[in-house]
Amino acid sequence: MLPDQLTADSFRGYPPRARQIAAGQVALLRELPIGFVPLLLRELIAYDWKFPAERKELDNQFAYLQPRSAEARRQLMAGFAGLRLSSELERFDWVNAPAQFSEQLTTHLWATHQIDAFRSAATDYIQKVHAAAPREPLPLRRLGLVAVGQGVPENKYRLFRKLRQQGVYFSNVKPENGIPLLLEVAAARAKAHPVPYGHWYIDGGAGEAAPAAGLTCISYNSLAPARAALQEKMQQAYSSMGPEAFRTMLAKMQPEDLGLGAAGDAILSRFQVSLLTEGSGTQVFSTTFVQWAAREALRRAEPMTLLLRFAPRQRNRPMNELLAETHRKPELDPQGSLIDADMGAYYTWLNQQRLEGADDSRFLVWFEEHNEAVAIAPALARNTESGDPVDLQHLLKQLA
Amino acid sequence: MQPGTTPREVAQAVSWSRRNFLRSVTGASVGGALAGLAPRRLHARPRDRKVIVVTFGGGARDEETFMPEGQENIPHLLTELIPRATFFSQVVNRGILGHYVATASLATGVYETFNNFAAVPPDSPTVFEYFRKDLKRPVSDAWVVAPSNGFNRIGESGHRSYGRGLGAGVILPKRLLAAALSSSLGTQYEHLLRDNYETPLYAPELSGNSVELHQMAEVLRLSVGDFAAHARTLASPDELSVYIARQLMRQLAPSLLWITLHDIDIAHSGTYSLYLEAIQRTDRLCAEIWKTVESEPEYTGKTTMFILPDFGRDSDSDSGGNGFQHHRTGDPLSRTTWMIAMGPGIRENAVIDRQLEPTDLVPTLGALLGFQTPLSHGKPALEVV
Repeated sequence: MLPDQLTADSFRGYPPRARQIAAGQVALLRELPIGFVPLLLRELIAYDWKFPAERKELDNQFAYLQPRSAEARRQLMAGFAGLRLSSELERFDWVNAPAQFSEQLTTHLWATHQIDAFRSAATDYIQKVHAAAPREPLPLRRLGLVAVGQGVPENKYRLFRKLRQQGVYFSNVKPENGIPLLLEVAAARAKAHPVPYGHWYIDGGAGEAAPAAGLTCISYNSLAPARAALQEKMQQAYSSMGPEAFRTMLAKMQPEDLGLGAAGDAILSRFQVSLLTEGSGTQVFSTTFVQWAAREALRRAEPMTLLLRFAPRQRNRPMNELLAETHRKPELDPQGSLIDADMGAYYTWLNQQRLEGADDSRFLVWFEEHNEAVAIAPALARNTESGDPVDLQHLLKQLA
Repeated sequence: MQPGTTPREVAQAVSWSRRNFLRSVTGASVGGALAGLAPRRLHARPRDRKVIVVTFGGGARDEETFMPEGQENIPHLLTELIPRATFFSQVVNRGILGHYVATASLATGVYETFNNFAAVPPDSPTVFEYFRKDLKRPVSDAWVVAPSNGFNRIGESGHRSYGRGLGAGVILPKRLLAAALSSSLGTQYEHLLRDNYETPLYAPELSGNSVELHQMAEVLRLSVGDFAAHARTLASPDELSVYIARQLMRQLAPSLLWITLHDIDIAHSGTYSLYLEAIQRTDRLCAEIWKTVESEPEYTGKTTMFILPDFGRDSDSDSGGNGFQHHRTGDPLSRTTWMIAMGPGIRENAVIDRQLEPTDLVPTLGALLGFQTPLSHGKPALEVV
């Protein structure tokens, strides 16, 4: 099928809001090249379960494309239109399975040496959409808070080696009451600025009890039943399918398949399923889970507040053993987890800096129950050190 | 990548950065003129020469290797190997960044385009087929030691003029060990049987020219019991591969030996500490392979060794990736890697800045060993032949 054959009825299998938008944009979609439309539909088909920031992003794309003249759209899409697609891809049911189409398109682009041309076209397009999008002031400055090193009594690894360059390295932090303090700050921000999915707390262990209203909470341990269900399916798939079929199986997984579908927040449930089915290593390593969840939360929900607490992951084992995690008491690797979390904190800062308001954002990473931390804010000198005694509350005030 | 910076400029910047770092650490000289870096003539006749190629499936980034903060992870490369080698600082992979297809491209000198996860032979003739056909060498003279995920077909292409019966013997040590173990012994060896993290649940069926357990005792003169007992003392699948490679060198002394290491690919699990450990282990294993070359009479003084990653990993700065974890973006850093060449006749402590491609390896090996590589797309690296 080619885009110019689309009708409103083509989208009858879409969820309600996605169907409504697609039907309303069908005239536009018919004019766009096949190297682009399925990728737009891949986002649109999940519209009903997207975070507000993602919906706004998609709305912006339609708002950008809609008023352009046919010639302007042709120029904008030239990079995508120039891609050489196979007849198999053109025959693929990309309207109803755009994610699977996207996987196959990626394989085709690599095999035909067109991946660089595609990247260039995509980057150019996104930059133009972003440049044209209306700017709204943020309700408050973004703040990232990260606790690393839970369960590590002594450490010889030089921590925060990348983040030190961005702010002040404090070597004499008083650790008392640290985690409750971080939670208090996140909760207070959520209460004062109640933005849907605007404030997150992600924990690599059990997570602290009674999180505040307005704080979106995810923990590795709370997803243990979902991970167990997934791990069992992965074990079963071990001998019965190849990688493409396996990926397709994961992509089709619904919250109810993993026991997440009952009551509750459907958008968050879908997000959690995506963490486990799209992330590599998130099913078996808690440090990877926290880092990837933070990346995806920042990329998709664009929160104002993000609190992360890394916890010890299980030791490396053969994949079969890792997947059987829930059937045994896993041996933990606190020191390795600290190094993972140190890099995870850096990646979280990088991802926070990719969002609007980066110039005014703040960030704190702290070695839990120890004296080391790095604070990053516009008013704090970069690449400096302080050995003065300081408590976390004072540091948090500096970041406020 | 900065806006307006081209991939070529990024690759050159990486090259300069590696060169400057090596100069500060090893005092390496930089070759501006090709003539100044021409290799010293070898005394060994081509027929006596041997070549060992070590590739990493699961590249390591400069941040964790050649940049100052990564130096601690590669002490053996920096202090033992590179001072005795010619270092190519800019090897740019323009093919598919999947480990099997990229390693197959290295072995054929053509950018292969088959499905990375399919257990299929390369389309173009491999270096092993050129070597054996042109020089009329027996099957025992060309071997591949590789991880088990799909690499069992890498020794022999599907090309109609080469292919069947002309390829290398392929040993997949993890497969051998799994076959050698009774289920009750399995837990003692679990650290050696770790699966590939890029496709954790995929292990293609074996076919092709791979050695099975019952052949191992005959080929390597190593009993199943001794193999399993020694394996217990090793720390990782790559240690097992190097152990098998040493056995091959001692028992058969092949002229062309290809070892593909894969521990670094643990990075796909997102665990930075395990990725660093794997880099450190790979660094040590490369030095151990060279020590074996120097200590084995069949190899010492007549062996050229090449070490190269198949490609890099994604940079931290590309928002489309997730840093060290994958190699999916195709950004210039994930395509730009390096190569070490060392052995008699090769200039020591020298850095070559000009751009090479992985497809240049096969014609380089052909020029060194004296065989033609007519279907390869690369060009020989004249600095080392």
